[in-house]
Parts: sequence; structure tokens; C-alpha cells
Amino acid sequence: MLHLPNNLRILIGGAVLALILTGIAVYFQSRTDTLPADGEIRNADKPLAVEGIESEIKDGIHEPTGFIADEGLDLVIAHCTACHSAKLVTQNRADREGWKKMIRWMQDTQNLWELGAQEAAILDYLSANYAPVSRGRRPPLTGIEWYELKD
Amino acid sequence: MNKASNRRNFLKKAGFSSLATLLGAEIVYALPDGYTPLVLQGNNDPVKLFGKHKDMVVLNDQPWNVEAQAHLLDDPITPADKMFIRNNGIIPENIDVDNWTLTIRGESVSQEKTYSLQDLKSNFRQHSYQLVLECGGNGRSEYYPPADGNQWTIGAVSCAKWTGIRLADVLADVGIKDNAVYIGYYGADTHLSRDPNKYPISRGIPIAKAMEDQTLLAYAMNDEDIPIAHGHPLRLIASGFPASVSGKWIHSLAVRDRVHDGEKMAPPSYSVPCEPVQPGTNVPNEDMCIIEQMPVKSLITYPRSGAMLSASQRLPIRGHAWTGTTKVSKVEYSVDFGASWKPCRLDAAVNPYAWQHFEAEVSFPQKGYYEVWAKATDNTGLSQPMLTPGWNPKGYLNNACHRIAVKVT
Ligand code: HEC
Repeated sequence: MLHLPNNLRILIGGAVLALILTGIAVYFQSRTDTLPADGEIRNADKPLAVEGIESEIKDGIHEPTGFIADEGLDLVIAHCTACHSAKLVTQNRADREGWKKMIRWMQDTQNLWELGAQEAAILDYLSANYAPVSRGRRPPLTGIEWYELKD
Repeated sequence: MNKASNRRNFLKKAGFSSLATLLGAEIVYALPDGYTPLVLQGNNDPVKLFGKHKDMVVLNDQPWNVEAQAHLLDDPITPADKMFIRNNGIIPENIDVDNWTLTIRGESVSQEKTYSLQDLKSNFRQHSYQLVLECGGNGRSEYYPPADGNQWTIGAVSCAKWTGIRLADVLADVGIKDNAVYIGYYGADTHLSRDPNKYPISRGIPIAKAMEDQTLLAYAMNDEDIPIAHGHPLRLIASGFPASVSGKWIHSLAVRDRVHDGEKMAPPSYSVPCEPVQPGTNVPNEDMCIIEQMPVKSLITYPRSGAMLSASQRLPIRGHAWTGTTKVSKVEYSVDFGASWKPCRLDAAVNPYAWQHFEAEVSFPQKGYYEVWAKATDNTGLSQPMLTPGWNPKGYLNNACHRIAVKVT
């Protein structure tokens, strides 16, 4: 958008606004709070809206999704929770290459869209906050809840 | 069926989706206040939704991926509330059992044929078997470098009683050609992107596996209708292979003249390197092979890890052992990290691919911290490794020994 003349920018801005308003109208028409009825489809073919996430962050965690609050959180919520829950993301660990590979696999086979210029920021976020944690081939048992065993 | 109604709704809302197309995916745009993504709507308690045991562990709630813990699997036959869920897509809704049909088609059928559920139940002989279903990725969380996907620990396994008809009987009735190689399944679940033209998963089995007595088109589990999360009203059951071949909500089968090429048949899904690789290796898809038999494995299901007992107490242990080969021939336990092994009493399987129960009375030489390790050996002489086995990119086939912590005070 940077190289566009001003009047074209305004025009595009207006068109985007109109589309958003249409989107809102269609959205409210189809809105339900229950599970979708009769095979109702809520498309996941685009990023979700992210607004007001700051107020949902507690102790460094975005509470509704469980994502770590950091630069790029809004993009990751927008792009990575449209199809599946954030839980599928947060339980995984990988380096930048590994995250890129997963994204390519989803783009090639699972209908994930192009992430464009935002891909770099998403990869930064994922590789910084969900990097592999080195451990032995079979670490000691942890989190044992001790209890008395009765005969 | 379900797919058709999905398509209708998809088209109806096309106005909404074209919005994104016009805007381009680069723009993160705002939807109204109060918009709650599907995954955050609060229908995410598997106890309420599916009647699962409260101690089942949710790995993902969209799609549903839920695992048991070792001590929850103590029953000889796994009840529905303790059975793991591995879903790849969205569970179908409004299943119309009365009008449910199964269509058999594909390059290698003599004729395409459609059966109603009632036809299947009344025209073929019914069989029941206790059959292990284990997710190919069970144990994935232990691999390093980490392997992507749901981070299953040990609880993506079950052994329920499945009732249905033999797939071989139905194939014989349809008539299949000599060039048949593979059976592919199609289910009524919806892809996570809600694209009505895309299946979340469509895997299958080689024809030899399809012909085994224990390969069923099942309509009942533990003498009741199959629960919705597990494939009601019709599920393909092919135990001994990764459970992903046991397709749920089945409406069609394709008899293929080649290896089935449905969703998640292609590597890296459910495939391992054809030759062993160094951990972390980037393996090209053409060097990956589809997983067939699952390896020998066992679980200590009693006591729960963390038992404290007095020095005078002997510890009864019990659990199950299973394999994708023919049978488990022995189970041993160790309280000294494998320095010495002692035998467990082992039951024979009630039928092929059922898990076998083992038990032992364990005594400890002195006070202190112990781990009880169990190790099963199959009839081909292969045992479970104590370390995680060969690393593979997607973290499949971890059959390392299970262990529990015990303190003698
Ligand atoms: C268009 C739909 C869609 C979107 C959007 C999407 N994914 Fe996925 N993703 C999938 C599907 C389908 C799977 C397979 C789910 C399963 O097997 O349970 C998946 C699986 C995964 C997995 C597990 C990988 C594996 O090997 O199974 C991770 C991690 C993941 N996604 C991360 C992300 C991240 C990060 C983003 C945002 C950049 C994202 N997803 C956006 C569809 C999507």
C-alpha cells in the first residue's frame, strides 16, 4: 500500500470499510451461540478478527487461547485459531524451520492460506515462544502424585 | 447425507467468505465485538459432551483429541468413558441412522453397491471381538527433537468389544477384481476448514488386512451403539494397524487397484522413514513408508504411579500387553531399571488383536524410591525398548517400556 497515491488509498480504504460492514451484517445474520445446527458452516478460510486482546492477558498468557503474550500474538490468534484450537499449537515445539515446515504442510494439504508478509512475524513469535526444550532420551518421571497404597 | 447439507450452507454463506478473498489474507480485519471463535464457545467439556471420565486429558478440543492415563485403563475391556478420542476433523451432526448407507465403489469392484445399515445388519453374519485400537502417534511426546502433532503420552490406546460384520463378507457379496490392492474409507466428518469438498482423513488398509476375520464393519461397541465420538453409526475396525485406518462415520469404501491416495495417506502422515535415520533428519516424502503393524507394547494399569507402601507390603501389579503381530508371549517386570527382570503371569488373548492381561506380586529389597518397569515380548522375539525407539519425523511407534514410581517407606 505504501507506493499508492493518496486518492487510491482512500478509495481502497472506503471499499474495505464497506466490505467489513457487509461482513458484519452477514455475520450477525448467521450468528449463533450454540454448536452449529444442520451442518451449519462457519467458514475457516480467512484469519479471525482480533480486537481487545490486551484486556484478556493475565500473567503473560492470553487467557482465552492459552498463547504466551508476546509480539505477534494478534497475528497468531488471527491465523492459527480459525481451524483448530490454539491447544494444537501450544502443545507443539519446534525451531523456525520446523514451524515453517508445519505451515507449508498445512498450506499444501489442509487449506491454510498464504500468510504473506505476516509469515515472518508469525514464525518469529512461534520459534521464540514455542522452541524445543532439550531433554534426555528418557527423562526421569516428574509430576508424581504420591499417595498411600492400602492393602 | 451430512456432506450434502454442508455444501448447501457453505454456498449460502458464500457472501461472507468472498469478503476475505477480496480483502486478501494479508489484512487482519475486525469483526464485531463479542465475536467468539468457534473454539472458544465453551462447549469444550468432554465429560458433559461425551460422558468421558473426568480424569481423561484433553490435548485438543477442536478437533477433539483426548487421552486416558495408565490407571484409567485398568478394566479388562475399556469402557467408553475411558477410551481415547483422536479426531482429525469435526464430528458429523444429525446422523440419520435410518437412512444411513454404505456404498462400495472403486476401480476394483465388479459393481458399485449400496447397502442400508439395516441390510448390513440383517444380511451378514455378526461377529464380536475384543480389539485394541492404538493411535500411531501414542507416545509421540517422548521423542526429541520434538515431533509435531498431538503430544500423546501413553493413553491413546483402548481395547473394547466391537460388534459388526466382517468386511471380507461384504466384499465377497460386492465382488472384487483380482487387481484389488487397497481399501480406502470415507467418513461423514467435516474438514477443519469447513471446506465441504475436502475430507479430514481418508485412509485404509491393504487387501490382505481387509480379508482378516477380525477386520469388521462395526456398529456396536461394548454391546451398545458406538458412541458418536468413536464413529457412530458405522466404523471400520482393523486392529493391529494404527487406529487411523479404523475410519469413523463411514459412508463409502473404495476398493482400489493401487495404494489408496486419500487424505493423510501421503507422508509424512502415518509414515516412518523406510531406513532408520539420525534424530532430527529431514526425510523426503519419497523415503517414507506407510506404517502397517503396530509394535509390541504394554501398560501397568495398577497401581497408579506414585504408590507409597510400607516395607512389609508386597505390591500387586497388573496391566495389559498387545501387539500388531500375532501374540504377546511374555511380560516381565523390573524394579532395578532393567538390571534384572522377573516374569509376570500372562493370560492368553481371547481373540487375535485383543490385549492380554498380566499380573505379578512385587517385593522390594529395601526402603527407597523405585520404578516398576514392564516389558512385553511378542511371538517373533521382539521386545519393547527401554529407551524411546528410532526417531522418526512425526514421532510414531513409540513402544518404550512403561514405568510407574513407587516409594517404600
Ligand atoms: C485452514 C485451516 C487451518 C489453519 C488456519 C491453521 N491450521 Fe494448523 N492444522 C490444520 C489441520 C487440518 C491440521 C491437522 C489437525 C489434526 O490432524 O488433528 C493442523 C495441524 C496443526 C499442527 C499439528 C501438526 C501436525 O503434524 O499434525 C500444528 C502445530 C498447527 N496446525 C499449527 C498451526 C499454526 C501455527 C497456524 C497458524 C499459522 C495454523 N495451524 C493454522 C488446519 C489449519
